[in-house]
Amino acid sequence: KAEFHNLQELRHSPSLVTKVFIQRDYSEGTMCRFQAKFPSELDNRIERTLLEETVKTLNSYYAEAEKIGGQSYLEGCLACATAYIIFLCMETRYEKVLRKISGFIQEQNEKIYAPRGLLLTDPIERGMRVLEISVFEDRGSGGSSPSSTMSSGSSAR
Amino acid sequence: MKNCEYQQIDPRALSVTPLSAQNLGEKKAQSPRRKWEVFPGKNRFFCDGRLILSRQSGVLPLTMGLIVVTCGLFFAFDCPFLVKHLTIFIPVIGGVLFVFVVISLLRTSFTDPGILPRATPDEAADIERQIDTSGSSTYRPPPRTKEILINQQVVKLKYCFTCKMFRPPRTSHCSLCDNCVERFDHHCPWVGNCVGKRNYRFFYSFIISLSFLTSFIFGCVITHITLRSQEGKSLVQAIEESPARYPLCLVICFFSIWSILGLSGFHTYLVASNLTTNEDIKGSWSSKRGAEESENPYTYNSIITNCCVTLCGPMPPSTKDVLERVVHSSDFPVLCSPGTPKTTPQVLNVSSRAAPTSEPSPSVGCTQQQARQPAATALDLKQMVRLVAQCHADGES
Repeated sequence: KAEFHNLQELRHSPSLVTKVFIQRDYSEGTMCRFQAKFPSELDNRIERTLLEETVKTLNSYYAEAEKIGGQSYLEGCLACATAYIIFLCMETRYEKVLRKISGFIQEQNEKIYAPRGLLLTDPIERGMRVLEISVFEDRGSGGSSPSSTMSSGSSAR
Repeated sequence: MKNCEYQQIDPRALSVTPLSAQNLGEKKAQSPRRKWEVFPGKNRFFCDGRLILSRQSGVLPLTMGLIVVTCGLFFAFDCPFLVKHLTIFIPVIGGVLFVFVVISLLRTSFTDPGILPRATPDEAADIERQIDTSGSSTYRPPPRTKEILINQQVVKLKYCFTCKMFRPPRTSHCSLCDNCVERFDHHCPWVGNCVGKRNYRFFYSFIISLSFLTSFIFGCVITHITLRSQEGKSLVQAIEESPARYPLCLVICFFSIWSILGLSGFHTYLVASNLTTNEDIKGSWSSKRGAEESENPYTYNSIITNCCVTLCGPMPPSTKDVLERVVHSSDFPVLCSPGTPKTTPQVLNVSSRAAPTSEPSPSVGCTQQQARQPAATALDLKQMVRLVAQCHADGES
């Protein structure tokens, strides 16, 4: 049976067709990077370069957050010297970058993805495991039936 | 134990309007619950989800008790004598070390070690779909491993059946806590929690400072007894004369010193080579195992860099966001956070409610927004994104 976890199926409103997941790229170790491979399900929904650009920018943000260098060492040593109490008062650099990322994703959703019927989910809400892209179909207009990927997804159970 | 954070909606139930109105009325009484209240792992939460502990807290009270009792005895019986005969700095140093040890212990015990939230049902389905490309109708459990290349080294990723995902490298599933933990080191019963990516530095500072503390107390007690015996009495007489209490102090310190010093030494080696206890015990990167030469792909090949990265590296935030609210209602499966300053606002995966009823759902900002939408108009995607933005704004204010 078809599963609708997040949206109710209603007429004249966008309904969730499927979700596409961009997995992590571990080729350079455990630092956070997402694969630049373009998922085939989005071939006719969005231009390849736009998505790749988004993923590349996200990867650069995460690289900035996890960068090991002078500032992160200073933060770490200061924290150790104060018995880590400083973490309760101060926002770490990682958290600052995560806030920037969530703002970036929101902006990308508004400008690029929502007009194409897609929605990005911030990876932090999925444990930084995947970049989830929800694909919507506006059932009120167009009259195009949901793509076959949905039915094949259901039958995989 | 709930596996899902929300209930699935049955699309057929939605078409019956009077019934859904009735349901809404019933559901109004149900208040939104926080994610930690429905967390599927075996953890305990305190202070409204801000502190996390394993359900099997082990011997944490014993650890605290031993430290407090030993230090208490030290301050009560050794310090007065030593202050008189040596220097005032002895209790000062002891006090500083004691405070550092206790704080490190509490931070290790109550910090999220790096728990990975379980895969959402959509994610799990996607993974299964990718594996089951043959399209056979018979259900086959997914293969257990996936091989990837990290720094030209082949690493096998295992599939976790509990969390329904392929575990990232260096992640392991702790059976005691029933969670996948990133950079899993070990589950420490003394501390009552797993030791993983986020609290390894606290654990390390705990054992190092504890080593210093026990060595310091041991040294002071020996000095005390020696000084007493030098005042004209023999050593045995000095011990006999002393209250029976500080031999106890001595004995505890003596036995714990060797184990703690040994553990500190072992973990210093692990930090310097960027290994985890788990990997070391399993011999994952031992070059003697098998015919293939396997090296640790995570090491920076420099002791100083490895130490700095492990101990002073950037502190990743908790990915569980257990402070967020989850509305338990089959009509409003909303994941929306009211937003504490440190949590990142969550994207609203919500629908429009085109039914004629417009009762506000339990007091969560987003659903109230939703209810205020005029029932008759369709909600397009742009409006949804605007809802998301509004929800963020509400959450952050």
